Amino acid sequence: MASKPIQPFSRQEAVVCRGIAKTWAEGTPRAHEALRDIDLDIQPGEFVVLLGPSGCGKSTLLYLIAGLEARSRGEIWSFDDAVTSPSPDRSLIFQETSLFPWLSVWQNVAFGLSLRGDPLEERRRAAEAALARVGLAEAMEKRPDELSGGMRQRVAVARALTMRPKVLLMDEPFAALDVQTRAKMQDFLLDVWRDSGASVLFVTHSIDEAVALADRVVVFTARPGRIKSIIPVDLPRPRDPFAPESESLRRRLMEELRSEVDRAFAEQEALVGA
Amino acid sequence: MPSELTAGRTVTDVPVAPRFFTLEQRAALGRLGWGTLSVGLFFGIWELLWYLGIADPKLLPPPHIFLGNFADQARFFNTATRWQIGVNPADGPSPYEAVAITIGATSARVFVGLGIAAVLSITIGVLIRYFQFFEKLVLPTLTLLSPVSPIAWLPVAIFIFGIGNKPAVFMVVIALFFHMVLSTISQIDNVNRNLINVARTMGASKRQIYWRVIIPAILPQLLIVLRLNLFGAWMVVLVAESTGVGFGLGQVIMLARNTFNPSLVFFTIAVIGLLGFLSDWALRVIQRRALYWVPETAGVLRGL
Repeated sequence: MASKPIQPFSRQEAVVCRGIAKTWAEGTPRAHEALRDIDLDIQPGEFVVLLGPSGCGKSTLLYLIAGLEARSRGEIWSFDDAVTSPSPDRSLIFQETSLFPWLSVWQNVAFGLSLRGDPLEERRRAAEAALARVGLAEAMEKRPDELSGGMRQRVAVARALTMRPKVLLMDEPFAALDVQTRAKMQDFLLDVWRDSGASVLFVTHSIDEAVALADRVVVFTARPGRIKSIIPVDLPRPRDPFAPESESLRRRLMEELRSEVDRAFAEQEALVGA
Repeated sequence: MPSELTAGRTVTDVPVAPRFFTLEQRAALGRLGWGTLSVGLFFGIWELLWYLGIADPKLLPPPHIFLGNFADQARFFNTATRWQIGVNPADGPSPYEAVAITIGATSARVFVGLGIAAVLSITIGVLIRYFQFFEKLVLPTLTLLSPVSPIAWLPVAIFIFGIGNKPAVFMVVIALFFHMVLSTISQIDNVNRNLINVARTMGASKRQIYWRVIIPAILPQLLIVLRLNLFGAWMVVLVAESTGVGFGLGQVIMLARNTFNPSLVFFTIAVIGLLGFLSDWALRVIQRRALYWVPETAGVLRGL
């Protein structure tokens, strides 16, 4: 396949992906292609949702941007830096709780600061401020297993914010929560996003979540993941999920996704049949 | 599910009519009751077999015989260093003190060995995962030696350490070491990737990832492995002691065997059983204190 010429880009972008491809276990019989030809620009302060069927490689893209996995081809830049390794500038929040169970809530939040060797008093103050921002100032001394799933994700967000990231990468962070908690968490995330000024790259397979959150929705194809379409959303916030505009956007995203979900399904069935 | 766990924990908060014992104390009493019943049943059957004349009291003396005369049994626990020239064999601690000293000596060997084995094997296990060249250099030999029974090491222990405390401790260490190294490695491989990735995105170095994430994450499982191997430690320490360490429970068993004293054998077995039980309980308490963040999941299977 002839490689496309690399599109020009400015170094003011929060994230620039050019010609990204990822094949897991490359060169072995178990190799499978997760991502192909991803070109994506994310502006500073932008909220971008990656939407796609399960297993389409959208989480993989997040890991590549975080610098946690090596890409097979292509280039990733974040502001002035070529992404080669993880950096505190790009925080990743996972679907499952990733709090350290042996540390108290505030120690979890201040973990990154303690890696840098900041003094104890400073760490406590920073953790207190971050927890206040997510509405959990009272939970400082609690242990993670004493918190509900929603609270734990808020602590994870507070932990990410203490590093003052320029890009917040979120891998289906609310997928394990119940519907009511999830709606609350979305409002909360929008607040945090507004006053942190960071760009957010948010992976989900929920159309409702995309409609509620995104400045732009990037729709992925089934495996190997490619960008099928990028749909700008210029609905004012706070958004009414039952407004006719939300309804028509939802319908449009549904149309975009349906054929991909069908393809993903067919492929899985073929795998089982084989 | 976390919600169910917390639900289980709040049960004690439910207001109940005031009772003589707290729920926790009643649970402990219940366990004690069942434990007594279990042992009582076992002893009862034994006594019955003796009463019916099926169990020969010379070979299988029932509990009321071998536990009945403590002073008589204690005579055999002689910790006087009577083999040394110039020492009066009648000197030394009283029989009761001798029993305590013997028990203390054996327990100390078990726990010192346990401690050395834990520190040594965790260190080696972590180094194996940390430095690849070390893994390539060391792991094949360790894997080769790990299935060897600790009993096979007994002559080695004597060659190297002679007799005394050292070979007994060495045997305990050897009995635990290989298992614990391999188990440390497999625990490291099973650490939740997300925890490691969180630390990486926050700029942790390899060293910090090991010290701050991997080691705390593997400790709970390792303490369980240590507890499971505790009984193994009690077994080998007796074997080691029977080869001649001056005094110890293994030496008493050996004496009982050589002098054909079944009563003393069963008495010592009872003491060892009790000690094993108590030390397991002690480790469990340590486990709860040291690993405060690990949820207690033992109740999950009880509903089945």
